[in-house]
Amino acid sequence: MPGLSRDDVAHVAHLARLGLTDDELARLEGQLNHILDQYAILAQLDTDAIPPTAQTIELENILRDDVARPSLPVEAVLANAPDREGDYIRVPPVLDRGD
Amino acid sequence: MTNPTRLHAHEMASQLRSGETTSRELAEAHLDAAERDNRGLNAWLSIDRGRALDEADAADARLTAANAEGPAAVAATHPLLGVPIALKDLVSLAGGQCTAGSRILEGYRSPYDAHITERLRDVGAVILGKTNMDEFAMGSSNEHSAYGPVANPWDLETVPGGSSGGSAVAVAAFHSPLSIGTDTGGSIRQPAALTGIVGMKPTYGRVSRYGIVAFASSLDQIGPFARDARDAASLLHAIAGRDERDSTSAPMPVPDELIALPASDDEAAAGLRGKRFGLPREYFVSGMEPDVERRIREGVATLESAGAIVEEVSLPHTDYGLATYYIVAPAEASANLARYDGIRFGPRLGDGDVLGNYLATRGRGFGPEVKRRIMLGTYALSAGYYDAYYLKAQKVRTLIKRDFDILWEQGFDALVAPTSPSVAWRFGAKMADPVAMYLSDACTLPVNMAGLPGISIPCGLSEGLPVGLQLIGAAWSELELFRLARGFEGVTAAADWRGQEPAQLTQAADPGAATPTERAASLVGT
Repeated sequence: MPGLSRDDVAHVAHLARLGLTDDELARLEGQLNHILDQYAILAQLDTDAIPPTAQTIELENILRDDVARPSLPVEAVLANAPDREGDYIRVPPVLDRGD
Repeated sequence: MTNPTRLHAHEMASQLRSGETTSRELAEAHLDAAERDNRGLNAWLSIDRGRALDEADAADARLTAANAEGPAAVAATHPLLGVPIALKDLVSLAGGQCTAGSRILEGYRSPYDAHITERLRDVGAVILGKTNMDEFAMGSSNEHSAYGPVANPWDLETVPGGSSGGSAVAVAAFHSPLSIGTDTGGSIRQPAALTGIVGMKPTYGRVSRYGIVAFASSLDQIGPFARDARDAASLLHAIAGRDERDSTSAPMPVPDELIALPASDDEAAAGLRGKRFGLPREYFVSGMEPDVERRIREGVATLESAGAIVEEVSLPHTDYGLATYYIVAPAEASANLARYDGIRFGPRLGDGDVLGNYLATRGRGFGPEVKRRIMLGTYALSAGYYDAYYLKAQKVRTLIKRDFDILWEQGFDALVAPTSPSVAWRFGAKMADPVAMYLSDACTLPVNMAGLPGISIPCGLSEGLPVGLQLIGAAWSELELFRLARGFEGVTAAADWRGQEPAQLTQAADPGAATPTERAASLVGT
């Protein structure tokens, strides 16, 4: 497996929406490659015929009755919002309307 | 009268019922100790004296009412009624802070109670406050908390383990007889080992995670810390069971025998006779401290002396556990932590567009270890790498789980192993090398990968620092594990290390004590 270049690290940071400084990118490039080296051990195992495990207890799909229940009060939810307007959470414009 | 903070929870339960003490008296003594030591230990992120005393008064009223009603009503009360407890600061407590050790949740107040908080309120436990932790439970030393490290009361220059370091120290330092932790790769068992107490990770699905800050959802599990097996079992009894708000919580019965483990040491020890333990040879990992290995081998000999049968066994895929874990856990974390975007709660940083705000909020809100894991997970799940990393790791996970299944099919009652390859280490010793830090969980994380219950119990000291013995069981065998742990306590009841208090607890209580942050800083470069 090829290592991660600085550009790769910056690309992954962008995918993860992490604003990182140049120092952080440099440090992560070394650290992530060191960690990825540890992953190489897995290539020793032939797993072609092995099914993946996503969850360890054998619970089947669990359904509940579709009953309407009260939600949290609006004030309780909005109390943590960093910016609000009335009963809404205020955010910067998401779509550029070009005006 | 003995110092109330030295009582075990089951002793408090009997004194509360006989009228020897009150819940208020217990709460005040523990709050005083927690507040006095917090400069030196930094185990607590919040202590709510007013609320705790109100809860204690309510518990006293319930006890008085039950006493007036008669013996049947008293017998129907839970052993945790009126007993103090601490919550790791990722358990929602309505109206309280819930930082998960991160700046990105600074100022956030939980709008509702977690399921386990409701259960603890139902039985009448008294919540003293919330404890320090590695940020988002990512770490093995508690040095990754945004609110400063926690000191280990056995040696104030060493770490308490992590990620539930604050919860472990709160119990080890007698601030509370009980606390709640979470364990994704060892975060209950490893700090329990390093601070000389009991800590259990139950079977995946045993305890509802509704209202708990998520790290890696196929691995996370909530569990108890206590100073003995009986107390830890009572706490698990209070919080376990199906909750429809967490669809991974299993509809498995919770045995009432959890609150009736043997009180007599001899009776408990007799329960070990004929039990069959497997000793996995791969858990004596390279780099293990020789004196830790000696304590573990002595613990095994103790089990044998009590009539247990111990056979060396193999878990051949153990060496692949670390790599598998450090793909699966970061992948799940990178998805879970996508919600911290500064939109709906928490601080919002940046002053521009939505993307700029995301980058600033997450870039400055998360600490270095959390960023590292998000990066690893995002990479492992990204286009072109999913099969090579995440899918591969999930397949190896199957092999790790099968290793254990084979042993259960052979009829072993439990496995016995080290909890941690080392005792508590000095601040800073593993901070420069993430892989060295990750290796400290080599003996605990395979248990999470397989979804099994595991418990760490004290088994002696190595150069004055505690060593933990790990017992691992088949799924849903918590009661059996607690009985075996109680048996080990019974056989070792007269050992000289039993009853020893953390050596530097008195120094931590000094109002002029250096803080863990100051101690950690002074060790850098030494």
